[in-house]
Amino acid sequence: MNEKWMNVRVGDIIKLENNQFVAADLLLLSSSEPHGLCYIETAELDGSTNMKVRQSVSVTSELGDPNNLAQFNGEVVCEPPNNKLDRFRGMLYWREKKYTLTNQNMLLRGCVLRNTEACYGLVIFAGPDTKLMQNSGRTKFKRTSIDRLMNTLVLWIFAFLVCMGIVLAVGNAVWEREVGTLFQHYLPWDPSVNGFLFSAVRTFWSYVIILNTVVPISLYVSVEVIRLGHSYFINWDQLMFCSKCNTAAEARTTTLSEELGQVEYIFSDKTGTLTQNIMSFKKCSINGHSYGEVADPLGPQPKVSIPNLKISNPDFCFYDDTLLESVKVGDSHTQEFFRLLSLCHTIMSEEKSEGELVYKAQSPDESALVTAARNFGFVFRSRTLGTITTTEMGRTVTYTLLAILDFNNARKRMSVIVRNPEGRIRLYCKGADTVLLQRLRPCKQDLINITSDHLNEYAADGLRTLALAYRDLTEEQWEMWSESHQCADKEEDLLSAAYEQIEQDMTLLGGTAIEDKLQEGVPETIALLSLANIKTWIVTGDKQETAVNIGYSCKMLTDDMTQVFIISGHNGEREEVVEGCGEVCFMKFKGAGKQSQCPPSNRMDNISGDFALIINGHSLAHALEADMEEEFITTACACKAVICCRVTPLQKAQVVELVKKYKRAVTLAIGDGANDVSMIKSAHIGVGISGQEGIQAVLASDYSFSQFRFLQRLLLVHGRWSYLRMCRFLCYFFYKNFAFTMVHFWFGFFCGFSAQTVYDQFFITLYNIVYTSLPVLAMGIFDQDVPDQRSLEYPKLYEPGQFNLLFNKKEFFICIAQGIYTSVVLFFVPYAILANASQSNGEPLTDYQTFAVTTATALVIVVSVQISLDTGFWTIFNHVFVWGSLGCYFTIMFAVHSQTLFSSFPNHFHFVGSAQSTLLQPVVWLTIALATVICIVPVLAFRFLKLDLKPQLSDTVRKTRTLTSGRLGARGGSRRSGYAFAHQEGFGELITSGKNMRLSSLALASFASRHSSSWIDTLRRKKHAHTPPSRWRAVRLVHLLLLTLSCCN
Amino acid sequence: MAKAKSGPLARRPDNSAFKQQRLPAWSPMLTANTVLPFFYFMAVICLLLGIWLLLTVQSVQEIRMDYTDSGACAHCHDLRKNVSNAALICTCKLYFHVDRPLKGDVFFYYGLQNFHQNLRRYMDSRDDAQMVGRKTNLKKPSSYCKPFATNDKGLPIAPCGAVANSIFNDSFKFQYLGSGSSDEPVPLWRKGISWYTDKNIKYRNPQMDNLSLAEVFHGTAPPPYWHRPVYELQTHDAINNGFINEDLIVWMREAAFPNFKKLYGILQRTNKPFESGLPKGNYSVEITYNFPVQYFRGRKQVVLTTLNWFGGPNKFLPIAYLITSCLVLLAAIGLTVVCKE
Repeated sequence: MNEKWMNVRVGDIIKLENNQFVAADLLLLSSSEPHGLCYIETAELDGSTNMKVRQSVSVTSELGDPNNLAQFNGEVVCEPPNNKLDRFRGMLYWREKKYTLTNQNMLLRGCVLRNTEACYGLVIFAGPDTKLMQNSGRTKFKRTSIDRLMNTLVLWIFAFLVCMGIVLAVGNAVWEREVGTLFQHYLPWDPSVNGFLFSAVRTFWSYVIILNTVVPISLYVSVEVIRLGHSYFINWDQLMFCSKCNTAAEARTTTLSEELGQVEYIFSDKTGTLTQNIMSFKKCSINGHSYGEVADPLGPQPKVSIPNLKISNPDFCFYDDTLLESVKVGDSHTQEFFRLLSLCHTIMSEEKSEGELVYKAQSPDESALVTAARNFGFVFRSRTLGTITTTEMGRTVTYTLLAILDFNNARKRMSVIVRNPEGRIRLYCKGADTVLLQRLRPCKQDLINITSDHLNEYAADGLRTLALAYRDLTEEQWEMWSESHQCADKEEDLLSAAYEQIEQDMTLLGGTAIEDKLQEGVPETIALLSLANIKTWIVTGDKQETAVNIGYSCKMLTDDMTQVFIISGHNGEREEVVEGCGEVCFMKFKGAGKQSQCPPSNRMDNISGDFALIINGHSLAHALEADMEEEFITTACACKAVICCRVTPLQKAQVVELVKKYKRAVTLAIGDGANDVSMIKSAHIGVGISGQEGIQAVLASDYSFSQFRFLQRLLLVHGRWSYLRMCRFLCYFFYKNFAFTMVHFWFGFFCGFSAQTVYDQFFITLYNIVYTSLPVLAMGIFDQDVPDQRSLEYPKLYEPGQFNLLFNKKEFFICIAQGIYTSVVLFFVPYAILANASQSNGEPLTDYQTFAVTTATALVIVVSVQISLDTGFWTIFNHVFVWGSLGCYFTIMFAVHSQTLFSSFPNHFHFVGSAQSTLLQPVVWLTIALATVICIVPVLAFRFLKLDLKPQLSDTVRKTRTLTSGRLGARGGSRRSGYAFAHQEGFGELITSGKNMRLSSLALASFASRHSSSWIDTLRRKKHAHTPPSRWRAVRLVHLLLLTLSCCN
Repeated sequence: MAKAKSGPLARRPDNSAFKQQRLPAWSPMLTANTVLPFFYFMAVICLLLGIWLLLTVQSVQEIRMDYTDSGACAHCHDLRKNVSNAALICTCKLYFHVDRPLKGDVFFYYGLQNFHQNLRRYMDSRDDAQMVGRKTNLKKPSSYCKPFATNDKGLPIAPCGAVANSIFNDSFKFQYLGSGSSDEPVPLWRKGISWYTDKNIKYRNPQMDNLSLAEVFHGTAPPPYWHRPVYELQTHDAINNGFINEDLIVWMREAAFPNFKKLYGILQRTNKPFESGLPKGNYSVEITYNFPVQYFRGRKQVVLTTLNWFGGPNKFLPIAYLITSCLVLLAAIGLTVVCKE
């Protein structure tokens, strides 16, 4: 029965099938796999891609049948809903017995069921109580900084309006007292008005009404229209369309577009955002010979087609023919290399029909390696408790599996010991090269050096490297070790000592390089964005090693960096964070070469050199505490690259909030999974990667598209344009309203402050709506200063937005000043000229209506010329709107001043005939021309001077049509072994204990259940014992020492 | 989109120039090659215009005489201080000498200073529907006219409102004293002094229906300050009487500023010696001094001017053009210097 997620209630028992999302936080009751095991992928929750195992409480795992489950009537007592993804405490009471529940029994919402046909779960938390939802922050109403500035400015304008009202009211009071009382002979005061003070109060309100056009009500509407246009352009952009997943970019909010031009910090998720979550076997080094695609100036090499194998995986691709040749001619090293890959792993296989092999790997790395071997003729077919069956070049071979020396984080390697059909015993080992190279037989130093060089080369390309080696064991050696191994049993120290003992004197086979496939164009995008002064922080729930590796492959971390700092503290070690930050400060300090006494915040500013900071979730928790956060943020911001790993969804949001709080910078969060929702919501702009699995992130986001690389277009092209257009729009809008309205203010001084308007009522009504709205809207929607490809070529063009250069309080005052200047010119020039002018038939032009028409016409012409100057990109729409508005003005004016309308409504259209009799006068046109020249020439001169003396980059780019493009990217060699990256320990044990073998024998099942809790315990213990890599610790110690020294001084 | 598409590019946005923001466009730039020539060009244009206007304005002559309380009019000024004397007629004479003959058309204006025709309540206080001859409005003036909508007896006032009520009611007799002592009246056109549209569209007498004008206006009262009802403004000329009396029309076109002049008459150049304008010699203007200005500390003037094509002795326009031209030129030179560096 299918039911919608919304109908899932606490206490329901629901059935999940393979590859389904878990709908709620479930207590796993039973699964189709033996022992109530099931596999989940938690990429949506924490970003790590390896599979995790969950197991039901043993008593419930036997309830396989739906009927039995229906009768299940246990009672669960557990902790209240919380946001801790890695902890769960509860008790199951059933049949008068108590069972402890831990996180190991839970399937959290957001996980995906993998490699498990079906499972049954009891809903513990549903809906907003689930851990996932507890981790997503509250939805906040997002507004852009321009919006906030605009609100402030509107308040200021309102205050200014009140001031003008007061000035004019005082003027009115004085005038009424001095002049108005005398003029009562001709114009008595209203009976209700019994004094100049009352008149002043009334004048105040009249002027507030007349001058209200300075407070631009239509501004908000126009701004929204422009933003809507910008979001449509984003939706329509073909270059942000991904044909692979048939998804176009989508602006899900229409209110943030100009903020896209001001982003300073990007917080990016890793899995699914930067990476494709696909591992591919990219290169290998066998016996000192490197295979794999090399950067070929003649274009990409053809893909190797692997013939003759019906059971190869069609998705596999490799670009070097010579390797295949080498396999075919039977080169022993190559064969041994792939044999190792086909034997040394913990993958389970499932062969549904001949040739249709499905590997169930707990890490995509392993899967990639075994698939590679499969495609080169060494096919892993199946395994039993004690055997591994492979097909080697078409010949089926069965090896006896003697032991699996499992992986753990400290060992960073795994081995298998097998006996081949001929009876020889051999140990195959793969592991981190740093670890493995120490355990080789000290001969063939050349080979070791060459392989090591190759691995360095691979690592520099951001590939995950592994070294492979084998060792032949004699029967005696094996038996001796086997005994000691058995003695060691489950004692971890003894066990690792035993492993250590046998993994010696190995012979190097070669190395592999796996690519954690980045999404297309990710390094280029990050590099481009960093040129645009946008800092990218990787915030991921995944492991430190993986994150660092991606940092390198994204070219965020490079070997040229002065120092990479890693703060990876553990439970409750607060000091470590303090020290971590301290040492970073110190290094910076030293890097600057100044031993000054200035406070830390200043110190951070004059620091040169590239630093990177890597911090994990535990340390971050301390860094985010109130007294540490400022130190942390200064440190982090001084670093060129920041990577936060192992962070919870809520911490992601906290990091974003922290930057928002202290840097007052515009932040953008980009992610694809449910674990990014809180970050997406709390950042100024949230971007969701669509097209992957799950749409939680997209639903919470403001913009969504399917490729990380579209971010550069979104920000550098659309964002930049949006910001530019919005700023130009706002400047002009304030200008035109002030130019329009302030004329009334000046007229107030000549009309006894009587609140007489300068213009005709119809003009006042239509000015903002008809005469001046469309040209500026067209500019706000279509304007471009430089073409799109230019703004990608010159990322520095993005900077004005970050520094708020195009519209801020200063720019606002300049616009206002210009508006006021225009209003002065528009009032006083016609005043001075018309006061003494007359028509050619002697009739004076001093009358009010002529003055009104002249001023209004001059105003419309001046603001039209101004918008023409402001418009930098004249599309057909701009032409139509600018000329159309002018035409509209004259048409409407002649219509309103026409005889027809007057004869119908004489009191409303009393301007009859003014238009023609005024506009036929040459002196009126001379006035308008003079006013226009006086208004525009200074603006033109200033603009030209600014362009000439202080050209902006955009001006220069506009001028220069030549193209200079710089290539970026540095190569270095640092060794980052990748075995540990996506691997988790415990699977070797699973295999050897036979727990995840699909064996139907009940006896075995009952045997295993006895042990099941013990291996889970081991697993947990080992996880907590995780230690930071020794290399970084050494670096840290040195720095601490330096720090102490400096303190002593 | 109207038609459903399928395939991997189904949801691909259209490749139109509009949607891809690739509309053909002209993007002008301020460069030295465009701005500097423009500045010099503007400077030259303004300079030429300024010089031409200045030359033109030199030929215009203006005679402006204040008669508020000067000379013979002083006693009338004093008389008008008391409202109770409103009915008393007071005349005075203004003498002046024309040194240079005023050539061409000569226009006779009366000027008022400090009279605020531009007050909002004043300007609202009129009923255009009444003055376009609507009978309903004739008997029921708009409430905007208050307190000049009805008189004490409740009769509707025609024309109603403060504007009409405050009409300038001085009248002038212009005389040429010649070289000798013989007084010769200077003939003035008292028609054709208002806008064509005002005279023919905006102001209309109510429909006559074979009645006399006085009968049509029966049941209305003249504005309180008027000495005559509206239908007796110009009894001997039917098309200059009632609402279409040109003095009334001229007055009803409110001035934008407190100091203004309004056309009173145009010199008739049919007979000698006025064929080519006003010859030099002595003139007098006999003023029927009715309009009190002392209440609002106003001044009254008589203005005689000739005219050029842009009207009046307006020195501001050419000077403004010249100054602008100089400033633009300075700016242009400055910009050139900056550019060269």
